[in-house]
Amino acid sequence: MQEFNISEGNLEQCLKCNLCTLVCPMMQVNEYYPGPKKAGPDGERYRLKDPDYYDYALKYCLNCKRCEVSCPSGVKVGDIIQAARLKYAGHNLRDFVLASTDLVGSLSTPFAPIVNATLKARPVKAVLHTVMGVDAQRKFPSYSQKTFTRWFRKASVPGGEADQSGFERFVRFYHGCYVQYNYPQLGKDLVKVVNAAGYGVRLLEGERCCGVALISNSFGRQATRQARANIAALQQAVAAGEDIVTVSSTCTFTLRDEYPNVLHLDNAAVRPHLTLLSRWLCRQGPLPFRKDLHLRIAYHTACHMQKLGWRSYTLQLLRQIPGVEVIELEPRCCGIAGTFGFKKENYAWSQAIGQGLFDAIREIAPDYVVTECETCKWQIEMSTGVPVLNPVSLLAMSIV
Amino acid sequence: MTQEFDVIIVGGGVTGAAAARDCALRGLRTLLLERGDICDGASGRNHGLLHSGARYAVTDPEGARECIRENQILRRVASSCVEPCDGLFITLPEDSLEYQDRFVQACRAAGIAAEPISPEEALRLEPAVNPALIGAVKVPDASVDPFRLTDANIIDAVRHGATILKFHTVTEFIKEKGRIAGVRALPHGESGPLEFRAREVVLAAGIWTAELARSAGVRIEMLPSKGALIIFGHRVAGMVINRCRKPANADILVPGDVVSVLGTTSDKVPLDTIDDMHATPEEVDLLLWEGVQLVPALASTRVIRAYAGVRPLVMAGGEGDGRNVSRGIVVLDHELRDGVPGLITITGGKLTTSRLMAELVTDKVCEKLGVKAPCRTALDPLPGSEKRHPKAEEPYFKRAAIGRHGSEADRMDFKRGREIICECEQVTRAEIAWAVQTLGVRNISDLRRHTRIGMGTCQGSFCIRKVARVLAEELGKPELERDFIADYLQERWKGMTPVLWGDTLREAEYMQTMHRDEI
Repeated sequence: MQEFNISEGNLEQCLKCNLCTLVCPMMQVNEYYPGPKKAGPDGERYRLKDPDYYDYALKYCLNCKRCEVSCPSGVKVGDIIQAARLKYAGHNLRDFVLASTDLVGSLSTPFAPIVNATLKARPVKAVLHTVMGVDAQRKFPSYSQKTFTRWFRKASVPGGEADQSGFERFVRFYHGCYVQYNYPQLGKDLVKVVNAAGYGVRLLEGERCCGVALISNSFGRQATRQARANIAALQQAVAAGEDIVTVSSTCTFTLRDEYPNVLHLDNAAVRPHLTLLSRWLCRQGPLPFRKDLHLRIAYHTACHMQKLGWRSYTLQLLRQIPGVEVIELEPRCCGIAGTFGFKKENYAWSQAIGQGLFDAIREIAPDYVVTECETCKWQIEMSTGVPVLNPVSLLAMSIV
Repeated sequence: MTQEFDVIIVGGGVTGAAAARDCALRGLRTLLLERGDICDGASGRNHGLLHSGARYAVTDPEGARECIRENQILRRVASSCVEPCDGLFITLPEDSLEYQDRFVQACRAAGIAAEPISPEEALRLEPAVNPALIGAVKVPDASVDPFRLTDANIIDAVRHGATILKFHTVTEFIKEKGRIAGVRALPHGESGPLEFRAREVVLAAGIWTAELARSAGVRIEMLPSKGALIIFGHRVAGMVINRCRKPANADILVPGDVVSVLGTTSDKVPLDTIDDMHATPEEVDLLLWEGVQLVPALASTRVIRAYAGVRPLVMAGGEGDGRNVSRGIVVLDHELRDGVPGLITITGGKLTTSRLMAELVTDKVCEKLGVKAPCRTALDPLPGSEKRHPKAEEPYFKRAAIGRHGSEADRMDFKRGREIICECEQVTRAEIAWAVQTLGVRNISDLRRHTRIGMGTCQGSFCIRKVARVLAEELGKPELERDFIADYLQERWKGMTPVLWGDTLREAEYMQTMHRDEI
């Protein structure tokens, strides 16, 4: 039936059961938000009548997609909301700066120490807060002096620090902006783990930012341009018979789901070959784990990880590490939602949404929180003081 | 106790309501009697199409001219009820382009701005139309909400001094010296009728006119013609889509508020069935089969409901299937026609020409009463029509109400009742309270007609209990809450039964599970 269905996002399958309303993190804290059902399928019927029914309160949608995961009727509630925002919402300079991770990242890395110091300075924060609307209480992720790809090109050559020439089989690594500009170490960790599994790592040709922040800030055209470039790059890898591995749940979710569902781009050919590293590793042989670790970690399921449905792969893998006690946190939103929590008007809501999660983490007091999402990491580290690791980094720590 | 009026109008459909307003505007002491709720009959069971007249241009040029004039007037004076969406007449490969040429010429002769456009242009304007089309004509059709048009007339009639009594069944005509001097009417729930006297009584009771006329001692032959329609859950097309051929079954799709309405069939039915109208599964099949020729997407779009109404056609000699009979406006002066003074009938016509029907019958009433006041209804805007679109800064809970009632929404008390009760149609407590106070709503079905409550995709499954409680509270009759629920579920069930497949079947199962005790 769905094949023939013409209504976008399965709008008409909605039975109005309100399960999505129950799971929406924003509904619990923000009385101005009409909720996923009203903003999504209900509102869409009115927007189809007349675009004047677009409600600016749709900006409060976190795009966490918990509504979609909960929907028993297969309605793409979150997609309907995203599509409406892309079509009708406006934006400002602040949104542009926050959304353009590629542009800002490539401008910042050459001056990383200066940028990092500047972003920490009180007066700068005050200006950002009042003029730009970026909340002063936020800690910015710091920029790296050297991008990941610069390191990799030097290190991967024969005789280099991470020589990839001895492998017969390869995977491609979609590294994303966070690895590239902010935290190249995570990329290095991936290379170590993949190599330990007997594969070499290659980079994609012409990788761009996945565009998740562009989509949620309504820069549809720019997002589409980047998505087209990425699909072409991924197709090239698939044509070479290589899987594409990733470290970030949000980038992966965007490449896999947002491209076809929100930007209406066909990625069917690459979709089966795109996977988070943990899922890929589950199909490989056992890793050479160390036996001397003694760690308690708490696993946090990022919203987009929930949407991907791949949490069990990561948990299975983490539980194989000797000496690591894995505590699974109840899946709930941390509240940051990418750029959302950086906007000063959203700061209080952002923290209120995450409060339950922060309390749970403080109570467990683990050595690390482990999660696939970089913005969850910033939020949890800032709000609880507990260090947060990507599972790939934990794996890198755990192998010989 | 007897109450005295200048004129009594029997029938609270769109024609009766417009006549009551016209009479009141001309200074007559006016009473409108309705046996049920406003828009209970054909006025509430149609396409909601404001004809440009194009559909009649070839077969009934005079009717077409009437339509385009009234279309232009209502766009102006009833802007909160009319959506000027325009329409397309599409020609499919099995139709004839020669007919299209004849059609365009006939439209132009009737003063209708019919503009032939290429199939590509038609698909650009309305991507939902059948891409196989070979020709298209753009016409100034529009969508009109019959409930709100009637309500706006009622509200204005009351503001100009008219008395509206709903749930009053006329039981008898008062005859004095061979003249009709008034009526006796039984208020529902009371034991004895009340007496109302007037110098003129106007019958505007649609298909029920025949029976009323008989009891008044005159004979009017009506031809009940049943029309079935189906409602799709959302807007599939933004324009009215017609088939450019001789009028036939299921060849009009109208965007009505947030849904799409497809119709109609046309079948002669016996007079004794007119109080129990419902669409049959066969009619639904026929409608869908024809509808997908217009808009292929209808094949997979969720149908939420089917319903049927009766066209009040007046027999003009000869038999027909209901489509060949004149739909022209008929004003019967029974003093001249039957030697029964004091009685006038207004019938025939269409939703589109309801204002004109009211004008003609009010002219007749004024002539009889010797009143000289001119008709103002073509100039004076109806209440609510100052505003149609919600503005960006309007809060979400007020937007749908503005779309439905225009500036009347400013009279609703959102400070007290911003809580949304019906989520599909975004009806708030404030709107319910307004409907109770302004329109004399008594039960959920009344409330539905005037606010769209429970008319959305879930057909009331999720809001019915809230609605019942809030309505009972607003009426000050908490004991009615449970009856409201049972009655309303029965009524919704009637419309869902002929279309129980796919998502509507899932919805119905859900409804049944939730309200097991009431069904």
